[in-house]
Amino acid sequence: MFAVENGLQGDPRLKVISDAIRVIPHFPKTGIMFQDITTLLLDPVAFKHVIDIFVDRYKHMHISLVAGVEARGFIFGPPIALAIGAKFVPLRKPGKLPGRVISEEYELEYGSDRLEISVEAVKYDERALIIDDLVATGGTLSASINLLERAGAEVVECACVVGVPKFKEGQCKLKGKPLYVLVEPSQFDELAL
Amino acid sequence: MADENEVKDPRIDGIKTKIRVVPDFPKKGIMFQDITTLLLDPKAFKDTIDLFVERYRDMNISVVAGIEARGFIFGPSIALAIGAKFVPLRKPKKLPGEIIFEEYELEYGSDRLEMHVEAVDSGDRALVVDDLIATGGTLSAAMNLLRRVGAEVVECACVIELPELKGRERLEGKPLYVLVEYR
Repeated sequence: MFAVENGLQGDPRLKVISDAIRVIPHFPKTGIMFQDITTLLLDPVAFKHVIDIFVDRYKHMHISLVAGVEARGFIFGPPIALAIGAKFVPLRKPGKLPGRVISEEYELEYGSDRLEISVEAVKYDERALIIDDLVATGGTLSASINLLERAGAEVVECACVVGVPKFKEGQCKLKGKPLYVLVEPSQFDELAL
Repeated sequence: MADENEVKDPRIDGIKTKIRVVPDFPKKGIMFQDITTLLLDPKAFKDTIDLFVERYRDMNISVVAGIEARGFIFGPSIALAIGAKFVPLRKPKKLPGEIIFEEYELEYGSDRLEMHVEAVDSGDRALVVDDLIATGGTLSAAMNLLRRVGAEVVECACVIELPELKGRERLEGKPLYVLVEYR
């Protein structure tokens, strides 16, 4: 669900967040309107709004594990984990995590990629939140849900700063898990150039 | 270092014990300093961030630059607590828009670190953050990027230092602050 539909209608912080995200047309290739959150990170007020909104939502949901998808999930996940007293677990590209790992493959437009989790990071049945900056096809988040479940966790929700509108319609779920998104993609403003 | 010339902060030992050393990863002979076990302990992770925040909150730092990817785990929380912007220093081709890059040596070959040119400017006082300093090659490249846009690098901060690799000497006199050493 989008934050605006879930109790945050009229919350001025959502516009501040949305305005802080820069759109780069045709990156990494033609046709893609890239949602660049680095401009959000340059605005300490807007960045703090993002974290505050997520923390307010999750602090009473008994989440003991926040999983962040490499690499931009590493930017948003840890501040949330720290504020709600949960551990942070990085979901990483292959070969980066030492020790015992399990991996999950997921589809890219051309070919596939893999995500890994350290099996020792997860206790059986613990309640987990998965964080990434953006959800588009949902492929990465679906792989992340699989990893957490295979490791024994219960995925409570997935959360992203930006999400494409298809997740607005209907149930707004990914593999049966709720998805919480702060803002829709920003539009490219040619007049701003 | 956090415990030189003064009584060691009691939080340091707790942090050090949470870092797992994994032998022969990613290849034989390397004793890998695994900070993911630190992140599994909310108190130790919070102590880590608090130690950095307590040091930097009154130093007028306007930008925290974090090195991909483990610098992204520590840098943003520090930036948020001290009211600074966070700037990711990334592997090639991840950042859109206008970037500058700096090459640095690896054991075999080289790699590149990139930064958005508009993210930082000559009025900025910068802190560079990574999980660990080994040879200092990556931190040195990071400092160069910031210097090239005119920022002042105030200090580099890492959780762990491997002092035998003498990375400190590659920082051109800039101070380095670390919480734990591994010898």
